[in-house]
Amino acid sequence: MIDKEKIKHIASLARLKVDDSEVEKFSKDLSAILDYVAELNEVDISDISPTLSATSSQNVFRDDNVDEENKDVAKRLVQSAPDSENGYIKVKSILK
Amino acid sequence: MDFTKLTIREINKSLKEKNVSASELTDFFINQIKDKDEDIKAFLSNDFASAKKQAKAVDEKIKSGVDISILAGVPSAIKDNILIDGVKATASSKMLENYIATYDATVIEKLKNQNSVFLGKTNMDEFAMGSSTESSAFFKTKNPNDLNRVPGGSSGGSAAAVASSEVVFALGSDTGGSIRQPASFCGVVGLKPTYGAVSRYGLIAMASSLDQIGPLTKTVDDARVVFEAIRGKDKRDATSVIYPEKLQERGLKGMKIGIPKEYFIDGMDKDVEKLIKSEIKKMEDAGAKIEEITLPNTKSALSVYYIIMPAEVSSNMARYDGMKFGFSTHNNDTEDLLSVYLNSRAKGLGVEVKRRIMLGTYVLSAGYYDAYYKRAQQVRTKITNDFKKAFEEVDIIVTPTAPTTAFLFGEKTDDPLAMYLEDIFTVPINLAGLPAISIPCGKVKNMPVGMQFIAPWFYEERLFRSGEDYEKLK
Repeated sequence: MIDKEKIKHIASLARLKVDDSEVEKFSKDLSAILDYVAELNEVDISDISPTLSATSSQNVFRDDNVDEENKDVAKRLVQSAPDSENGYIKVKSILK
Repeated sequence: MDFTKLTIREINKSLKEKNVSASELTDFFINQIKDKDEDIKAFLSNDFASAKKQAKAVDEKIKSGVDISILAGVPSAIKDNILIDGVKATASSKMLENYIATYDATVIEKLKNQNSVFLGKTNMDEFAMGSSTESSAFFKTKNPNDLNRVPGGSSGGSAAAVASSEVVFALGSDTGGSIRQPASFCGVVGLKPTYGAVSRYGLIAMASSLDQIGPLTKTVDDARVVFEAIRGKDKRDATSVIYPEKLQERGLKGMKIGIPKEYFIDGMDKDVEKLIKSEIKKMEDAGAKIEEITLPNTKSALSVYYIIMPAEVSSNMARYDGMKFGFSTHNNDTEDLLSVYLNSRAKGLGVEVKRRIMLGTYVLSAGYYDAYYKRAQQVRTKITNDFKKAFEEVDIIVTPTAPTTAFLFGEKTDDPLAMYLEDIFTVPINLAGLPAISIPCGKVKNMPVGMQFIAPWFYEERLFRSGEDYEKLK
């Protein structure tokens, strides 16, 4: 059982504001799901390596260049932000 | 003229022989949408004006004698988590209600190069998280076979649009069954390609090691045509791979079909089971060799999926922070930085998305990582190894796509586990990264049933050849 304190802690890690009814609901739902997946404890995993990637490819590199062709995209991306100034995304003050 | 029965190749032929123009075709399907979508509600948004323009461009090409591609002038629908430059992409979330894509997904670029005509963006479960399209923040899509039932999900809008002949084909995305299960529920063909075969660039990410884009179509050959058009390595998706040279495939006759006994379980609809078994018998009568096989770790697949998927979801969803794009409380002066994070996410995201973020954050948090996430990745290896071993014995594996037919609205929304069980036959394929196709195989109480064909990695052509042979048996 995941208690309400634990749920509040997880929510704060996930930067999600949850109200009391959600805390109650998630406590119930997550407990049920985790009870279900506990069946994995029965599986013998000795000498089995984890699947770390869905393909066998290793590091894939590319050149770190400015895309001159699509400069307009950068401008439009910044415009998608709720607030911007001089081509920069503006956020609330971080240091008090 | 009724264009709803035409395959993509037939449309291409008719266009080239000037029996029909792309504009006529587009107008016909626009009218289909106008007639039907008030009831079906497959579409979140339409842009008929630009569709007409795209069709006109194809007609001009034909008129001037330029050769046209196979998908030129073919009307399509795109799931709303795939980006089209300048077009809204909401992923059926309040978070992205007003978000306009700033670039084309690679699959869209490829379809545009072929001059396919986009008729609109389709409804889905919010951020592709769900199996019924009920978690869309906007409205519910109806199953064209019975308006009281769900179309399946998460690509429910795409499946319903194809099933009701509002478009010729649609794109969806499949993380744990989200193309195949709605295809099964609506009675259309749905392909989940091999992981890495199709670029994910421009697909709004859900669980990156599982997501693939694929087609929903009326026929197996249509699925082949669309798949051939969208596949290929893309430098903008580092997990995409060079697709191996296509091998010749023989089709059903003499083919060894494996039937995994773990896919015929208690709790499965008995009529669905009976139908699947009788269809397998038909393939045997047509010359296929049927072998019972075992995939012993199947029973763990759903548990593995419900650890790995939310873990990846919680990480992918971190980008919706109210800072860069999407819903934000930033312009509320009373809020500080932390409350912008907390409130933007609380107000912008729906309950299923939050549930998965919470679950994923939990299994990745300090002290639990090894017990859940690492263990799940190890069991994932075992599931993949089961398939590797099976494909040493058989050419293809056939199973039901889903344990039931389409259920009623609200039937499973209060019980997340019951909803998750809908994916029990489809998630193992994503965990292993295999290609699989759902093909309509009949009806139970007037609702469609899909049969799932699974091939080894990059053997999509084997799915198409055997699937086409099966279609002819019906």
